Amino acid sequence: MEPALASFLQEQIVPKFNYWVYVVLMMIGLYAMIAKNNLIKKLIGMSIFQTAIILFYVSVGAKDGAGIPILDHHTYEHALEHPGDEHIDRDGYANPLPHVLMLTAIVVGVSTLGLALAIAQRIFTSFGSIEEDEILEKLQPGGHD
Amino acid sequence: MIWQFDIIILIFMVVTAVIALRVKDLLAASMVFGIYSFLICLLWAEMGAVDVAFTEATVGAGVSTVIMVATVFSTRRRSKD
Repeated sequence: MEPALASFLQEQIVPKFNYWVYVVLMMIGLYAMIAKNNLIKKLIGMSIFQTAIILFYVSVGAKDGAGIPILDHHTYEHALEHPGDEHIDRDGYANPLPHVLMLTAIVVGVSTLGLALAIAQRIFTSFGSIEEDEILEKLQPGGHD
Repeated sequence: MIWQFDIIILIFMVVTAVIALRVKDLLAASMVFGIYSFLICLLWAEMGAVDVAFTEATVGAGVSTVIMVATVFSTRRRSKD
């Protein structure tokens, strides 16, 4: 293998493999939203797209060897006994800020999915189909109904 | 982050995403999408985001799979693509 390519692989691809997988997932979701014909398949694609972005943001806050962002008992007791002298090891905790932001994004995503599925059911009662091409055919002025 | 665990879950996630979009039975697609949500939940628990993980397990994998199955049963189960 070329040395330049090998060093590129070693420095850019391998340590950040999770970001590359998120990009792949995002593109799978985008493809499904554009190219799939069935409305429910489109919504599954939309959810995959959303979760890929949420995964990216949570992954930014993750650290090597860090635990969950909850203070352990000893640190808490020490901070209570010696106010102003908290020596909290920041590398021991994952960054909780992206988690909190993405918690909102998950709930918004699920409510979007629920609303979209309700609209899909209404479309089915009106048009008798959830396939996009059949719906478009019925929407044509020449088509019946 | 434990990278071996990470790689296995990420590979399974890509596989389940592709399967959920390729099966023609929409009930099977919803179920595979539920598996995808649980894999994401595992990945988040492993990244140290436990609050996000249990929200995803209840809201993402639970509620969205249920409403998707309900929609599939009240519309049509077969998909053309």
